Amino acid sequence: MNELKQRVVKSEERSYLTFISPFVVIITGVLLWHLITLSGIFPSYSLPSPLAVLQSFKEEFAGGRLFTDIIASLWRVVVGFTISSALAIPIGLWLGKNALPRKALLPVINFFRFLSPLAWIPFAILWFQIGDKPAIFLIFLATFFPLAVATMSAVFTIPTIYFRVAHDYHYNKIQMLTRVVLPAVLPQLITALRVNYGIAWVVIVAAEMVGCQDGLGYGIWEARNGLRLDAAVCYMIIIGLLGMIIDRLLFRLTRLSNVRWGYEK
Amino acid sequence: MFDGDMKNNVNGGGIELNNVSHSYDGLTVLKNLSLNIKPDEFIVLVGPTGCGKSTLLNIISSYLKPQEGSLKTNGAIRTVFQKDGLFPWLTVAENISMGLQSIRIPGHREKELKELLSIIQMEQFRDHYPNQLSGGMRQKVELARALAGDSNILLMDEPFSSLDYQTRLRLRKELVLLLGKRRRTVVFVTHDIGEAAQLADRLLVLSDRPARICDDLYIDIEKPRDITDPRVTEVMRNILIRMGLQTKDQPIIA
Repeated sequence: MNELKQRVVKSEERSYLTFISPFVVIITGVLLWHLITLSGIFPSYSLPSPLAVLQSFKEEFAGGRLFTDIIASLWRVVVGFTISSALAIPIGLWLGKNALPRKALLPVINFFRFLSPLAWIPFAILWFQIGDKPAIFLIFLATFFPLAVATMSAVFTIPTIYFRVAHDYHYNKIQMLTRVVLPAVLPQLITALRVNYGIAWVVIVAAEMVGCQDGLGYGIWEARNGLRLDAAVCYMIIIGLLGMIIDRLLFRLTRLSNVRWGYEK
Repeated sequence: MFDGDMKNNVNGGGIELNNVSHSYDGLTVLKNLSLNIKPDEFIVLVGPTGCGKSTLLNIISSYLKPQEGSLKTNGAIRTVFQKDGLFPWLTVAENISMGLQSIRIPGHREKELKELLSIIQMEQFRDHYPNQLSGGMRQKVELARALAGDSNILLMDEPFSSLDYQTRLRLRKELVLLLGKRRRTVVFVTHDIGEAAQLADRLLVLSDRPARICDDLYIDIEKPRDITDPRVTEVMRNILIRMGLQTKDQPIIA
């Protein structure tokens, strides 16, 4: 009985440690950063101190600028990523099930998949000028091709037995797609969405640096022009935090009862 | 009786294969195979690995079209697979309900679902997902799904071979009891001679590829059959002899 109690206590200690360990790492990192800035190895304009960044946070929040930049970036990512997913997933499913269009389109899809979205920046600005559109266009290009390929690959991994079962129960083509193919690939699709959302979040910064007049990326660009690296760090922290928060939201999809089977092998 | 419901094989269940041949990339698996299966018959197919048993089931289920010969089946066909035949994204109740689409009135469908869950003694697992069940439970759910609604013919492709011995013995008995409540024509593929002797009304021994019927043996012993019943062990001996795995003089444990 004592042994059991000890085990329970140890397990509680472990879960407590697991919870606090990331905070320990973050606090240690900030302290180290603070010590380095205090030491004067780097001049303050090239490495702002944590206190300067904190001050910058206060200013940006008070001015309301940070809030509008967050909304602008989130809007562009959500629109670009939604359009990209809405097109890439059905196309990926279709390519996964049909050999002829797959053979015809895959080389082109792969070509564009390996082309950095940043290479499209001149075209994006020429075609869409400045504002939301070029950024949305770049996010679309960055995520559409990998998402289509990921969906198509997921279709390949569906065990044949599911199609045999569907045949026994006389599923028509639409039922085959909606009741077999889509639920069978859903766990992999959620993982692909998380990965591609990460890409979108990385691309938005670059896109806004050149094609926008607001947004988190533009904020960093403007801070750099004004040699305000404390403000740039403040924007960087916001970008990282927002990315993590949205990823956690997408991660929650993996806990849905009808997709958990895909993660519990 | 419910609309669309055929708890027993009232209509159909017969299977007729005439001179069926099938090849894969020039490799002949079935050649001029003819077979007539009566409604409610429990046929067991035994034979060496790769002789074409699964191809035969695929042809009967019309998943494969025979390259030569003809097939006539009478009634709805369902297959119980060796493993992983359940949709993992559906619960036990949802998987079984796949077989109940022919019952149009929702209340009747629910009543039938409850009855099937009760027959397989899994009422408390209706909202569980397949990955939360043991291998034996999963096979029982698959069996219930295949028995649900308007099915007439069950094709069983080594359905218990991935289970442990004790579970296999238990499920054989449960299958016999289930079929006592819901009669179906069954074509059952197995490598397990004991399983064949315990379950078959009629046993077909298939030859090596291309498969032909070497032996057609009727087993007239009441079911459920005990594996230790001397009549069952005698049938097992008989099968082994017919498969060329034992001589007439050898005892069963060689």
